[in-house]
Amino acid sequence: MWTWFHRLASPPSFYVFAGRLAPWLLGAALVLLAVGAYGGLVLAPPDYQQGDAFRIIYVHVPAAWMSLFAYTVMAVAAFIALVWRLKLAEVAVVAAAPVGASFTALALVSGMLWGKPMWGAWWVWDARLTSELVLLFLYLGVVALNTAIEEPRAAARACSLLAVVGFVNVPIVHYSVVWWNSLHQGSTVFRLGGPTITWNMLWPMLVCMLGFTLFFGYTQLVRMRSELLMRERTTRWVKTLVANA
Amino acid sequence: MTGALWTATWAVFAREFKLALRERAEWMQPLVFYVLVVLMFGLATAPGDPALRTFAPAIIWVGALLAALMGLERMFRADLEDGTLEQLLLAPVPLAPLVAAKILSRWCVSGAPLVVLGPVLAVALGLAGVPISVLVAGLLLGTPTLMLIGAFAAALTVAVPRAGVLLPVLVLPLMAPVVVFGAGAVRAAGQGLPAAAPLYFLAAELVLAAVLIPWAAAAALRNALE
Repeated sequence: MWTWFHRLASPPSFYVFAGRLAPWLLGAALVLLAVGAYGGLVLAPPDYQQGDAFRIIYVHVPAAWMSLFAYTVMAVAAFIALVWRLKLAEVAVVAAAPVGASFTALALVSGMLWGKPMWGAWWVWDARLTSELVLLFLYLGVVALNTAIEEPRAAARACSLLAVVGFVNVPIVHYSVVWWNSLHQGSTVFRLGGPTITWNMLWPMLVCMLGFTLFFGYTQLVRMRSELLMRERTTRWVKTLVANA
Repeated sequence: MTGALWTATWAVFAREFKLALRERAEWMQPLVFYVLVVLMFGLATAPGDPALRTFAPAIIWVGALLAALMGLERMFRADLEDGTLEQLLLAPVPLAPLVAAKILSRWCVSGAPLVVLGPVLAVALGLAGVPISVLVAGLLLGTPTLMLIGAFAAALTVAVPRAGVLLPVLVLPLMAPVVVFGAGAVRAAGQGLPAAAPLYFLAAELVLAAVLIPWAAAAALRNALE
Protein backbone atom coordinates (compact mmCIF):
# COMPACT_ATOMS: atom_id res chain seq x y z
CA MET A 1 0.00 0.00 0.00
CA TRP A 2 2.67 2.52 1.05
CA THR A 3 5.05 1.63 -1.75
CA TRP A 4 2.19 2.11 -4.18
CA PHE A 5 1.50 5.45 -2.59
CA HIS A 6 5.15 6.49 -2.85
CA ARG A 7 5.34 5.43 -6.44
CA LEU A 8 2.22 7.46 -7.18
CA ALA A 9 4.01 10.61 -6.05
CA SER A 10 6.43 10.36 -8.97
CA PRO A 11 5.19 12.34 -11.99
CA PRO A 12 5.26 9.56 -14.62
CA SER A 13 3.22 7.06 -12.62
CA PHE A 14 0.82 9.77 -11.49
CA TYR A 15 0.39 10.80 -15.10
CA VAL A 16 -0.65 7.29 -16.08
CA PHE A 17 -2.80 6.76 -12.99
CA ALA A 18 -4.60 10.11 -13.38
CA GLY A 19 -5.17 9.39 -17.03
CA ARG A 20 -6.93 6.14 -16.12
CA LEU A 21 -8.95 7.61 -13.27
CA ALA A 22 -10.10 10.83 -14.93
CA PRO A 23 -12.70 9.37 -17.37
CA TRP A 24 -14.35 7.42 -14.54
CA LEU A 25 -14.63 10.58 -12.46
CA LEU A 26 -16.07 12.47 -15.39
CA GLY A 27 -18.59 9.71 -16.10
CA ALA A 28 -19.71 9.51 -12.49
CA ALA A 29 -19.93 13.31 -12.27
CA LEU A 30 -22.08 13.50 -15.42
CA VAL A 31 -24.45 10.78 -14.18
CA LEU A 32 -24.78 12.43 -10.78
CA LEU A 33 -25.31 15.88 -12.30
CA ALA A 34 -27.97 14.48 -14.66
CA VAL A 35 -29.77 12.75 -11.78
CA GLY A 36 -29.42 15.82 -9.59
CA ALA A 37 -30.65 18.14 -12.33
CA TYR A 38 -33.66 15.91 -13.02
CA GLY A 39 -34.43 15.62 -9.34
CA GLY A 40 -33.97 19.32 -8.77
CA LEU A 41 -35.67 20.72 -11.84
CA VAL A 42 -38.47 18.18 -12.32
CA LEU A 43 -39.11 16.04 -9.25
CA ALA A 44 -38.67 18.59 -6.48
CA PRO A 45 -41.86 20.59 -5.79
CA PRO A 46 -41.80 24.36 -6.32
CA ASP A 47 -41.23 26.40 -3.19
CA TYR A 48 -44.43 27.82 -1.71
CA GLN A 49 -42.90 31.29 -1.54
CA GLN A 50 -40.23 31.43 -4.21
CA GLY A 51 -41.92 29.26 -6.82
CA ASP A 52 -39.47 27.81 -9.28
CA ALA A 53 -36.81 30.44 -8.63
CA PHE A 54 -35.43 28.49 -5.69
CA ARG A 55 -34.15 25.85 -8.12
CA ILE A 56 -31.00 27.85 -8.64
CA ILE A 57 -29.77 26.37 -5.37
CA TYR A 58 -28.95 23.22 -7.31
CA VAL A 59 -26.19 25.21 -8.96
CA HIS A 60 -25.57 27.85 -6.36
CA VAL A 61 -25.07 25.74 -3.24
CA PRO A 62 -22.77 23.17 -4.89
CA ALA A 63 -20.72 26.01 -6.41
CA ALA A 64 -20.40 27.74 -3.06
CA TRP A 65 -19.45 24.43 -1.46
CA MET A 66 -16.84 23.85 -4.15
CA SER A 67 -15.38 27.31 -3.65
CA LEU A 68 -14.52 26.32 -0.06
CA PHE A 69 -13.65 22.71 -0.90
CA ALA A 70 -11.24 23.70 -3.67
CA TYR A 71 -9.55 26.20 -1.37
CA THR A 72 -9.15 23.51 1.26
CA VAL A 73 -7.69 21.12 -1.31
CA MET A 74 -5.34 23.86 -2.48
CA ALA A 75 -4.25 24.73 1.08
CA VAL A 76 -3.63 21.08 2.03
CA ALA A 77 -1.63 20.55 -1.17
CA ALA A 78 0.24 23.79 -0.42
CA PHE A 79 1.12 22.56 3.05
CA ILE A 80 2.41 19.28 1.63
CA ALA A 81 4.35 21.17 -1.03
CA LEU A 82 6.02 23.36 1.57
CA VAL A 83 6.84 20.66 4.09
CA TRP A 84 7.78 17.72 1.88
CA ARG A 85 8.61 19.66 -1.29
CA LEU A 86 6.56 17.22 -3.31
CA LYS A 87 6.50 18.21 -6.97
CA LEU A 88 3.05 16.76 -7.40
CA ALA A 89 1.62 18.85 -4.56
CA GLU A 90 3.03 22.01 -6.13
CA VAL A 91 1.31 21.11 -9.37
CA ALA A 92 -1.92 20.48 -7.46
CA VAL A 93 -1.81 23.98 -5.92
CA VAL A 94 -1.29 25.67 -9.25
CA ALA A 95 -3.97 23.55 -10.93
CA ALA A 96 -6.62 24.09 -8.24
CA ALA A 97 -6.51 27.90 -8.07
CA PRO A 98 -8.21 28.87 -11.36
CA VAL A 99 -10.87 26.15 -10.98
CA GLY A 100 -11.61 27.29 -7.45
CA ALA A 101 -11.83 30.88 -8.65
CA SER A 102 -14.33 29.79 -11.34
CA PHE A 103 -16.52 28.00 -8.80
CA THR A 104 -16.42 31.06 -6.56
CA ALA A 105 -17.40 33.29 -9.47
CA LEU A 106 -20.20 30.87 -10.38
CA ALA A 107 -21.49 30.93 -6.80
CA LEU A 108 -21.45 34.74 -6.82
CA VAL A 109 -23.11 35.09 -10.23
CA SER A 110 -25.80 32.48 -9.56
CA GLY A 111 -26.43 34.15 -6.22
CA MET A 112 -26.86 37.51 -7.92
CA LEU A 113 -29.25 36.07 -10.50
CA TRP A 114 -31.34 34.69 -7.67
CA GLY A 115 -30.99 37.84 -5.58
CA LYS A 116 -32.43 40.18 -8.18
CA PRO A 117 -35.96 38.69 -8.30
CA MET A 118 -35.93 37.53 -4.65
CA TRP A 119 -34.34 40.37 -2.76
CA GLY A 120 -34.85 43.01 -5.44
CA ALA A 121 -31.12 43.69 -5.63
CA TRP A 122 -28.23 42.15 -7.51
CA TRP A 123 -25.96 42.65 -4.59
CA VAL A 124 -26.42 43.23 -0.88
CA TRP A 125 -23.61 43.66 1.60
CA ASP A 126 -24.53 40.48 3.35
CA ALA A 127 -21.84 38.71 5.32
CA ARG A 128 -21.83 35.58 3.19
CA LEU A 129 -21.75 37.45 -0.10
CA THR A 130 -18.95 39.71 1.01
CA SER A 131 -16.74 36.96 2.38
CA GLU A 132 -17.31 34.93 -0.79
CA LEU A 133 -16.15 37.95 -2.79
CA VAL A 134 -13.02 38.26 -0.65
CA LEU A 135 -12.44 34.55 -1.23
CA LEU A 136 -12.58 35.18 -4.98
CA PHE A 137 -9.85 37.79 -4.61
CA LEU A 138 -7.75 35.40 -2.53
CA TYR A 139 -7.97 32.92 -5.40
CA LEU A 140 -7.14 35.59 -7.96
CA GLY A 141 -4.11 36.58 -5.89
CA VAL A 142 -2.77 33.01 -6.13
CA VAL A 143 -3.43 32.93 -9.88
CA ALA A 144 -1.77 36.32 -10.40
CA LEU A 145 1.26 35.37 -8.31
CA ASN A 146 1.69 32.17 -10.26
CA THR A 147 1.71 34.01 -13.59
CA ALA A 148 4.04 36.72 -12.27
CA ILE A 149 6.92 34.44 -11.27
CA GLU A 150 8.65 32.86 -14.21
CA GLU A 151 10.40 29.87 -12.65
CA PRO A 152 7.54 27.33 -12.24
CA ARG A 153 8.75 25.68 -9.04
CA ALA A 154 9.51 28.96 -7.30
CA ALA A 155 6.10 30.24 -8.45
CA ALA A 156 4.34 27.17 -7.10
CA ARG A 157 6.05 27.44 -3.73
CA ALA A 158 5.26 31.17 -3.48
CA CYS A 159 1.64 30.31 -4.32
CA SER A 160 1.72 27.61 -1.65
CA LEU A 161 2.85 30.10 0.98
CA LEU A 162 0.13 32.52 -0.08
CA ALA A 163 -2.48 29.76 -0.04
CA VAL A 164 -1.52 28.65 3.48
CA VAL A 165 -1.52 32.22 4.82
CA GLY A 166 -4.82 32.79 3.03
CA PHE A 167 -6.26 29.62 4.54
CA VAL A 168 -5.47 30.87 8.03
CA ASN A 169 -7.09 34.12 7.04
CA VAL A 170 -10.30 32.71 5.55
CA PRO A 171 -12.07 32.11 8.89
CA ILE A 172 -10.88 35.51 10.16
CA VAL A 173 -12.23 37.21 7.06
CA HIS A 174 -15.48 35.29 7.34
CA TYR A 175 -16.10 36.08 10.99
CA SER A 176 -14.92 39.67 10.69
CA VAL A 177 -17.45 40.17 7.93
CA VAL A 178 -20.22 38.40 9.84
CA TRP A 179 -19.45 40.58 12.80
CA TRP A 180 -19.20 43.73 10.70
CA ASN A 181 -22.60 43.07 9.23
CA SER A 182 -24.34 42.12 12.45
CA LEU A 183 -23.08 45.31 14.04
CA HIS A 184 -24.59 47.30 11.25
CA GLN A 185 -27.91 45.70 10.41
CA GLY A 186 -28.89 43.46 13.24
CA SER A 187 -29.53 39.82 12.51
CA THR A 188 -29.51 38.65 8.93
CA VAL A 189 -32.91 38.11 7.38
CA PHE A 190 -31.83 35.99 4.48
CA ARG A 191 -31.16 32.36 5.05
CA LEU A 192 -30.54 30.03 2.16
CA GLY A 193 -33.43 27.67 1.51
CA GLY A 194 -35.36 28.94 4.50
CA PRO A 195 -35.15 27.48 7.97
CA THR A 196 -35.95 23.94 6.93
CA ILE A 197 -35.86 22.16 3.64
CA THR A 198 -37.85 19.06 2.80
CA TRP A 199 -36.17 15.87 1.76
CA ASN A 200 -37.40 15.89 -1.84
CA MET A 201 -35.86 19.31 -2.29
CA LEU A 202 -32.71 18.37 -0.42
CA TRP A 203 -31.60 15.13 -2.03
CA PRO A 204 -31.07 16.53 -5.55
CA MET A 205 -28.90 19.22 -3.99
CA LEU A 206 -26.76 16.66 -2.20
CA VAL A 207 -26.44 14.67 -5.43
CA CYS A 208 -25.42 17.84 -7.27
CA MET A 209 -22.86 18.63 -4.60
CA LEU A 210 -21.31 15.21 -5.00
CA GLY A 211 -21.42 15.60 -8.79
CA PHE A 212 -19.67 18.99 -8.57
CA THR A 213 -17.03 17.50 -6.29
CA LEU A 214 -16.30 14.65 -8.69
CA PHE A 215 -16.23 17.11 -11.57
CA PHE A 216 -13.69 19.15 -9.66
CA GLY A 217 -11.66 15.97 -9.14
CA TYR A 218 -11.81 15.34 -12.88
CA THR A 219 -10.68 18.85 -13.88
CA GLN A 220 -8.00 18.72 -11.20
CA LEU A 221 -6.54 15.50 -12.63
CA VAL A 222 -6.69 16.76 -16.20
CA ARG A 223 -5.11 20.08 -15.30
CA MET A 224 -2.43 18.42 -13.19
CA ARG A 225 -1.57 16.11 -16.07
CA SER A 226 -1.12 18.95 -18.55
CA GLU A 227 0.79 21.01 -15.99
CA LEU A 228 3.08 18.03 -15.37
CA LEU A 229 3.72 17.63 -19.09
CA MET A 230 4.62 21.30 -19.35
CA ARG A 231 6.92 21.25 -16.33
CA GLU A 232 8.62 17.96 -17.14
CA ARG A 233 8.96 18.59 -20.85
CA THR A 234 12.72 18.15 -20.76
CA THR A 235 12.62 14.79 -18.96
CA ARG A 236 12.91 11.43 -20.62
CA TRP A 237 9.50 10.05 -19.71
CA VAL A 238 7.72 12.95 -21.38
CA LYS A 239 9.90 12.61 -24.46
CA THR A 240 9.19 8.90 -24.79
CA LEU A 241 5.52 9.59 -24.15
CA VAL A 242 5.40 12.17 -26.92
CA ALA A 243 7.44 9.97 -29.26
CA ASN A 244 5.07 7.03 -28.74
CA ALA A 245 1.92 9.11 -29.12
CA MET B 1 23.65 31.83 20.18
CA THR B 2 21.01 34.03 21.78
CA GLY B 3 23.60 36.77 22.07
CA ALA B 4 24.41 36.54 18.38
CA LEU B 5 20.71 36.55 17.54
CA TRP B 6 20.12 39.74 19.50
CA THR B 7 23.15 41.43 17.99
CA ALA B 8 22.09 40.49 14.48
CA THR B 9 18.47 41.51 15.02
CA TRP B 10 19.49 44.83 16.51
CA ALA B 11 21.98 45.43 13.69
CA VAL B 12 19.28 44.85 11.06
CA PHE B 13 16.84 47.10 12.90
CA ALA B 14 19.37 49.92 13.31
CA ARG B 15 20.53 49.65 9.71
CA GLU B 16 17.00 49.79 8.33
CA PHE B 17 16.12 52.67 10.59
CA LYS B 18 19.14 54.75 9.56
CA LEU B 19 18.68 54.00 5.88
CA ALA B 20 15.02 54.95 5.97
CA LEU B 21 15.62 58.17 7.88
CA ARG B 22 18.30 59.27 5.46
CA GLU B 23 16.00 58.57 2.54
CA ARG B 24 13.54 61.27 3.42
CA ALA B 25 11.08 60.35 0.65
CA GLU B 26 10.72 56.95 2.29
CA TRP B 27 8.72 58.22 5.24
CA MET B 28 7.51 61.55 3.85
CA GLN B 29 5.74 60.24 0.78
CA PRO B 30 3.27 57.92 2.51
CA LEU B 31 2.27 60.77 4.79
CA VAL B 32 1.76 63.20 1.95
CA PHE B 33 -0.15 60.52 0.09
CA TYR B 34 -2.33 59.87 3.14
CA VAL B 35 -3.26 63.55 3.45
CA LEU B 36 -3.94 63.73 -0.29
CA VAL B 37 -6.28 60.72 -0.24
CA VAL B 38 -8.31 62.26 2.57
CA LEU B 39 -8.28 65.62 0.81
CA MET B 40 -9.68 64.00 -2.33
CA PHE B 41 -12.56 62.53 -0.35
CA GLY B 42 -13.25 66.02 0.99
CA LEU B 43 -13.23 67.44 -2.52
CA ALA B 44 -15.41 64.64 -3.88
CA THR B 45 -18.26 65.45 -1.50
CA ALA B 46 -20.26 68.66 -1.35
CA PRO B 47 -18.75 71.32 0.96
CA GLY B 48 -20.00 70.86 4.50
CA ASP B 49 -21.73 67.59 3.67
CA PRO B 50 -22.43 65.74 6.94
CA ALA B 51 -21.87 62.47 5.07
CA LEU B 52 -18.15 63.16 5.28
CA ARG B 53 -18.30 62.76 9.03
CA THR B 54 -20.29 59.53 8.70
CA PHE B 55 -17.69 58.13 6.38
CA ALA B 56 -14.71 59.52 8.29
CA PRO B 57 -13.75 56.14 9.87
CA ALA B 58 -13.81 54.44 6.47
CA ILE B 59 -11.84 57.23 4.80
CA ILE B 60 -9.19 57.35 7.53
CA TRP B 61 -8.73 53.60 7.50
CA VAL B 62 -8.72 53.10 3.76
CA GLY B 63 -6.27 56.00 3.52
CA ALA B 64 -3.99 54.33 6.06
CA LEU B 65 -4.28 51.07 4.14
CA LEU B 66 -3.27 52.69 0.86
CA ALA B 67 -0.48 54.65 2.51
CA ALA B 68 0.85 51.39 3.97
CA LEU B 69 1.09 50.04 0.42
CA MET B 70 3.37 52.91 -0.61
CA GLY B 71 6.95 51.85 -1.10
CA LEU B 72 6.08 48.25 -0.31
CA GLU B 73 7.61 47.07 -3.56
CA ARG B 74 11.00 48.44 -2.55
CA MET B 75 10.96 46.86 0.89
CA PHE B 76 13.15 43.86 0.07
CA ARG B 77 14.04 44.78 -3.51
CA ALA B 78 16.85 47.19 -2.61
CA ASP B 79 18.36 44.54 -0.32
CA LEU B 80 18.10 41.97 -3.08
CA GLU B 81 19.83 44.26 -5.56
CA ASP B 82 22.79 45.20 -3.36
CA GLY B 83 23.28 41.70 -1.96
CA THR B 84 22.24 42.43 1.62
CA LEU B 85 19.47 39.87 1.39
CA GLU B 86 21.88 37.09 0.53
CA GLN B 87 24.03 38.04 3.50
CA LEU B 88 20.98 37.90 5.75
CA LEU B 89 20.17 34.44 4.41
CA LEU B 90 23.73 33.27 4.97
CA ALA B 91 23.89 34.70 8.49
CA PRO B 92 24.28 32.02 11.19
CA VAL B 93 21.01 33.09 12.82
CA PRO B 94 17.41 32.29 11.79
CA LEU B 95 16.05 34.57 9.11
CA ALA B 96 12.62 35.15 10.66
CA PRO B 97 13.77 37.40 13.56
CA LEU B 98 15.81 39.47 11.12
CA VAL B 99 12.76 39.89 8.91
CA ALA B 100 10.74 40.82 11.99
CA ALA B 101 13.32 43.47 12.87
CA LYS B 102 13.08 44.86 9.37
CA ILE B 103 9.30 45.02 9.54
CA LEU B 104 9.41 46.67 12.96
CA SER B 105 11.81 49.30 11.72
CA ARG B 106 9.63 49.91 8.70
CA TRP B 107 6.67 50.40 11.01
CA CYS B 108 8.63 52.89 13.15
CA VAL B 109 9.56 54.92 10.09
CA SER B 110 6.44 54.80 7.93
CA GLY B 111 3.74 53.21 10.12
CA ALA B 112 3.98 55.20 13.32
CA PRO B 113 3.63 58.55 11.49
CA LEU B 114 0.30 57.28 10.13
CA VAL B 115 -0.86 56.73 13.71
CA VAL B 116 0.11 60.32 14.55
CA LEU B 117 -1.48 61.75 11.43
CA GLY B 118 -4.71 59.73 11.68
CA PRO B 119 -6.34 61.74 14.50
CA VAL B 120 -5.38 65.04 12.84
CA LEU B 121 -7.15 63.97 9.66
CA ALA B 122 -10.06 62.66 11.73
CA VAL B 123 -10.51 66.10 13.28
CA ALA B 124 -10.42 67.60 9.80
CA LEU B 125 -13.23 65.22 8.79
CA GLY B 126 -15.32 66.30 11.79
CA LEU B 127 -14.75 63.55 14.34
CA ALA B 128 -14.32 64.54 17.98
CA GLY B 129 -14.07 63.03 21.44
CA VAL B 130 -14.01 59.31 22.19
CA PRO B 131 -13.92 58.16 18.52
CA ILE B 132 -10.58 59.93 18.14
CA SER B 133 -8.94 58.02 20.98
CA VAL B 134 -10.48 54.78 19.71
CA LEU B 135 -9.06 55.62 16.28
CA VAL B 136 -5.58 56.11 17.70
CA ALA B 137 -5.77 52.84 19.63
CA GLY B 138 -7.03 51.07 16.50
CA LEU B 139 -4.30 52.51 14.29
CA LEU B 140 -1.70 51.62 16.89
CA LEU B 141 -2.87 48.00 16.85
CA GLY B 142 -3.78 47.80 13.16
CA THR B 143 -0.92 49.48 11.28
CA PRO B 144 1.70 46.93 12.44
CA THR B 145 -0.57 44.17 11.09
CA LEU B 146 -0.82 46.04 7.79
CA MET B 147 2.99 46.30 7.68
CA LEU B 148 3.37 42.58 8.45
CA ILE B 149 0.94 41.47 5.76
CA GLY B 150 2.49 43.91 3.31
CA ALA B 151 5.97 42.60 4.10
CA PHE B 152 4.82 39.04 3.44
CA ALA B 153 3.52 39.99 0.00
CA ALA B 154 6.66 42.02 -0.70
CA ALA B 155 8.76 38.98 0.17
CA LEU B 156 6.68 36.76 -2.13
CA THR B 157 7.20 39.12 -5.05
CA VAL B 158 10.76 40.21 -4.31
CA ALA B 159 12.08 38.76 -7.54
CA VAL B 160 9.12 39.80 -9.70
CA PRO B 161 10.19 42.65 -12.00
CA ARG B 162 7.02 44.72 -11.91
CA ALA B 163 5.29 43.81 -8.68
CA GLY B 164 3.62 47.20 -8.32
CA VAL B 165 0.27 46.11 -9.73
CA LEU B 166 0.38 42.64 -8.25
CA LEU B 167 1.01 43.70 -4.65
CA PRO B 168 -2.36 45.34 -3.92
CA VAL B 169 -4.15 42.29 -5.36
CA LEU B 170 -2.25 40.01 -3.01
CA VAL B 171 -2.40 42.23 0.02
CA LEU B 172 -5.80 43.87 0.14
CA PRO B 173 -7.95 40.71 0.60
CA LEU B 174 -5.69 39.67 3.49
CA MET B 175 -6.05 43.13 5.04
CA ALA B 176 -9.85 43.12 4.96
CA PRO B 177 -10.32 42.12 8.64
CA VAL B 178 -8.09 44.96 9.84
CA VAL B 179 -10.24 47.50 8.04
CA VAL B 180 -13.45 45.88 9.27
CA PHE B 181 -12.38 46.01 12.90
CA GLY B 182 -10.45 49.27 12.72
CA ALA B 183 -13.17 51.32 11.10
CA GLY B 184 -15.82 49.33 13.01
CA ALA B 185 -14.33 50.37 16.34
CA VAL B 186 -14.43 54.06 15.42
CA ARG B 187 -17.97 53.72 14.13
CA ALA B 188 -19.10 51.97 17.29
CA ALA B 189 -17.49 54.67 19.42
CA GLY B 190 -19.21 57.32 17.30
CA GLN B 191 -22.58 55.76 18.09
CA GLY B 192 -21.75 55.64 21.78
CA LEU B 193 -21.32 51.86 21.76
CA PRO B 194 -18.43 50.10 23.49
CA ALA B 195 -15.48 49.74 21.13
CA ALA B 196 -13.42 47.30 23.17
CA ALA B 197 -14.43 44.16 21.23
CA PRO B 198 -13.14 45.28 17.81
CA LEU B 199 -9.99 46.61 19.43
CA TYR B 200 -9.42 43.22 21.03
CA PHE B 201 -9.92 41.63 17.62
CA LEU B 202 -7.30 43.98 16.17
CA ALA B 203 -4.93 43.05 18.98
CA ALA B 204 -5.55 39.35 18.36
CA GLU B 205 -4.85 39.79 14.65
CA LEU B 206 -1.65 41.63 15.46
CA VAL B 207 -0.47 38.86 17.78
CA LEU B 208 -1.29 36.19 15.21
CA ALA B 209 0.40 38.09 12.39
CA ALA B 210 3.45 39.00 14.48
CA VAL B 211 4.00 35.36 15.39
CA LEU B 212 3.36 33.76 11.99
CA ILE B 213 4.17 36.31 9.30
CA PRO B 214 7.95 36.67 9.92
CA TRP B 215 8.34 32.93 9.35
CA ALA B 216 6.18 32.97 6.24
CA ALA B 217 8.03 36.01 4.88
CA ALA B 218 11.39 34.39 5.61
CA ALA B 219 10.29 31.25 3.76
CA ALA B 220 9.13 33.39 0.84
CA LEU B 221 12.47 35.20 0.67
CA ARG B 222 14.40 31.95 0.81
CA ASN B 223 12.22 30.54 -1.96
CA ALA B 224 12.74 33.60 -4.14
CA LEU B 225 16.52 33.45 -3.80
CA GLU B 226 16.95 29.73 -4.32
